[in-house]
Amino acid sequence: MSEQETTVGKRVLRKEDFRLITGEGSYTDDINLPNQTYAYFVRSPMARAGIKGIDLRKALQSEGVVDILTGQQLAEDGLGALPCGWMVLSADGSEMKQPAHPVLANDKVNYVGEPLAIVLAESKRQAKDAAELVEVDYEELPVLTNAREAAVSDIQLYDEIPGNRSFNWELGEKEATDKVFESADHIVSMDIYNNRLIPNAMEPRAAIGDYSRGNQDYTLYTTSQNPHVARLVLTAFVQIAPEHKLRVIAPDVGGGFGSKIYVYSEETACLWAASKIARPVKWTADRSESFLTDAHGRDHHTHGELALSADGTFEGLRIKTIANVGAYLSLFASAVPTYLYGTLLAGQYKTPNVYVEVDSIFTNTAPVDAYRGAGRPEATYILERLVEKAARSLSMDPSEIRRKNFIQPEDFPYQTPVALEYDIGNYEASLDRAMEMAAVSDFDARRADSQARGKLRGLGYSCYIEACGIAPSKMVGELGAGVGLWESGEVRVNATGSVTVLTGAHSHGQGHETTFAQIVADRFGIDIDDVEVVHGDTGRMDMGMGTYGSRSLAVGGSALDRASDKIIAKGLKIAAHLLGVSEEEIEFKAPEFKVKNSNAAKTFQEIAFAAYVPHDYPDDLEPGLAEKAFYDPQNFTYPAGCYICEVEIDPATGVTSIEKFTAVDDFGKIINPMIVEGQVHGGLVQGIGQAMLENCVYDENGQLLSGSYMDYCMPRADDFPNFDVDLTETACTHNPLGVKGCGEAGAIGSPPAVINAITDALGILDMDMPATPYKIWQIISAQEGQ
Amino acid sequence: MSIAIALTVNGKPVSAEVSPDTLLVDFIRDNLNLTGTHVGCDTSQCGACTVHLDGNAIKSCTMLAVQADGSKVVTIEGIGDRDNLHPMQAAFRQCHGLQCGFCTPGMIMSAIDLVNHSDDLTNASIRKGLEGNICRCTGYQNIVKAVETAAKEMEA
Repeated sequence: MSEQETTVGKRVLRKEDFRLITGEGSYTDDINLPNQTYAYFVRSPMARAGIKGIDLRKALQSEGVVDILTGQQLAEDGLGALPCGWMVLSADGSEMKQPAHPVLANDKVNYVGEPLAIVLAESKRQAKDAAELVEVDYEELPVLTNAREAAVSDIQLYDEIPGNRSFNWELGEKEATDKVFESADHIVSMDIYNNRLIPNAMEPRAAIGDYSRGNQDYTLYTTSQNPHVARLVLTAFVQIAPEHKLRVIAPDVGGGFGSKIYVYSEETACLWAASKIARPVKWTADRSESFLTDAHGRDHHTHGELALSADGTFEGLRIKTIANVGAYLSLFASAVPTYLYGTLLAGQYKTPNVYVEVDSIFTNTAPVDAYRGAGRPEATYILERLVEKAARSLSMDPSEIRRKNFIQPEDFPYQTPVALEYDIGNYEASLDRAMEMAAVSDFDARRADSQARGKLRGLGYSCYIEACGIAPSKMVGELGAGVGLWESGEVRVNATGSVTVLTGAHSHGQGHETTFAQIVADRFGIDIDDVEVVHGDTGRMDMGMGTYGSRSLAVGGSALDRASDKIIAKGLKIAAHLLGVSEEEIEFKAPEFKVKNSNAAKTFQEIAFAAYVPHDYPDDLEPGLAEKAFYDPQNFTYPAGCYICEVEIDPATGVTSIEKFTAVDDFGKIINPMIVEGQVHGGLVQGIGQAMLENCVYDENGQLLSGSYMDYCMPRADDFPNFDVDLTETACTHNPLGVKGCGEAGAIGSPPAVINAITDALGILDMDMPATPYKIWQIISAQEGQ
Repeated sequence: MSIAIALTVNGKPVSAEVSPDTLLVDFIRDNLNLTGTHVGCDTSQCGACTVHLDGNAIKSCTMLAVQADGSKVVTIEGIGDRDNLHPMQAAFRQCHGLQCGFCTPGMIMSAIDLVNHSDDLTNASIRKGLEGNICRCTGYQNIVKAVETAAKEMEA
């Protein structure tokens, strides 16, 4: 039998593309159920107000209205609040504080856009028209939007939460770190604002709730990165239905970036409303609603200090952050500025003492939660800005100060002072490769050339590390997580030898239908076209935890590898029987089960057929060839890399052009380099977008000023050059695939590289993101005025 | 009140009675069930709804269905299918010019228009030409590559 060519490591074109390039994809809004109604939400126009009354009379009489449901009915039905999944303890041991997060606001609204009633009508337009007729009597209350101000304000947003503080969290040795600072040769410090972002997946959120009264079965079609988590939240926490009675389907999903992890009010209300009226309820967000209500990202005010010895050795890092969590704690909200942030502050360096303190503060803004990178971009940003500032302050080359402090290959496994144990890495390798690709040695000549043309040129580095493949359940359980973070995978070999792969991970652009098929096809030596990957439906794949934190391949892919092991183990038994030898005498060499040192063999397909047509079959073996595995990782994975950005600024206009951007990443073993490059490109644009373009702005009344694509500057094609990307490789030591994860690196590593380059060009040490032309022009004008 | 319209969509004659405030994109999606054309914003910025109207790319969220009366509309479903891909569709796949796929139909329709109406496309002019379409996944690089690839094919 001819050997099937292996696919892992190759640029295999995507299986999912055909339907998406021909308009045959099926996103939630493309689905219509018979007899469906359309939902539109009545939302608060105020950032903080008491609800004195809701008058539905006019609206209920509006044409086409089926019903209007409010928070009061929801409370009467005994539905639970939307949960935060991670209990964080304050430094004093007390539990974090949080206001109840109602599905529909009942007596008080706490941010603009918060939903308080769901209007159901025969058409979307009728629902919208009727929503305008709902009269709400608001009593306006004082508003806080800025976390730094909210932390010290006399205004208390929630009676039970003094100082508007959810928690005061710390990590690291405070005393030891303080001591280092007392005797350090040099201290560099800075205050930075990590600008608030709005995720903006291109597909707006959408949901269709469906209910069958006869069976009491519930179905929710929704734009989710993790349909199984949605099922868990809606059943175990909100308690709309028992877990075995709810099916959640997340069909084609148009991007997530974290914003589609959470179970939001709207999706929950659609499912509940469907059961109330016994008709399907469909809702699709307008982009304006997405801006107002999708969980936002970042929004950290941070004071950071780095202590160094005279020769530039890092001795201590001290970080104080005020994190804005918005009006309520969203699902991962408490984990993002703590376990996904403070733990990464060691970076790629051997800094012996690190201490971080985080105040998590409520404001009258949309909930803030994970957005591509989630905590790790914030850690990388403050650290790499401080390192760059230290290099400039000590007149050291920015690459040399990093190199001097790198954790070295022989130091792994390396225990950082902030809880994590890095398994492997080679940071100098990625720095060297990036410097070579970026032609750093010729930079001075390019700078001189820019100068001759009246332009300013700058170069900026960023050496990032992240923790991916979340996460070992035991570890996160100790840290307060409410769930385990394993992944589940099933490999079903069909009687004809084709394979159906089911995964609890969810693809919304990442290409799992291809990469997961590559992994399984190679294990069995079959054609990738004979492998179909199923995901996104709790009715087809029973268990899963979903896709976020660059975990799908490292955790979900490893589960599939383990399930494939079980298939092969069973195949050995069947083959031994069919070939009349003992199991020990059989080996599997894809695609054959063969007798060792003999030509006698059975193909993978023959074994599959025998398993389902067990006429000649071992007496003590169950028929069938389908195996499931749960994989719980032993550690996080630690992708790391080096990014170098080169910019040219026109001092007359303040316009920055990215002349060259080099990204060298170590993601461990690579399954499909084409897909990996695509993930890096996308992450870079989001990270550079944060650094130069994107900014979420609320005014002092809590009105969102950046609430449309005309006000929130989305990265567009002509904002960027082609990026130069490459890989180095140290294989992850603790998962069977040796993989680390690549989904977030671009967004994590790029912002400090950009700002370091721009400040280098301008000859300054500090500036906040986004570095807009206006801001840069102001800096240049001030310099000229001096 | 509704108004009678007659137009050609993907080569087939279509006639319907539509409310005067029906957007062309809603007519395409809801009346004709051609759901490959997407709605990604409400301010004419994202381009996910791009279709061809009488040979030019337009944003179908920014036009009323009644304004398309008598026109020839082509949507993503009208340019090729799996067995017979348009060179632009094929190039998007070949170059990994899509990830989640939501912006892709609009991006492909814009890109075809760009190639049809430009000479000597360069990396920079393709980027400029696609400025009206937002993609949040790909970072645009492989989209640009796909357009470069398809342009050669389409000109040949």
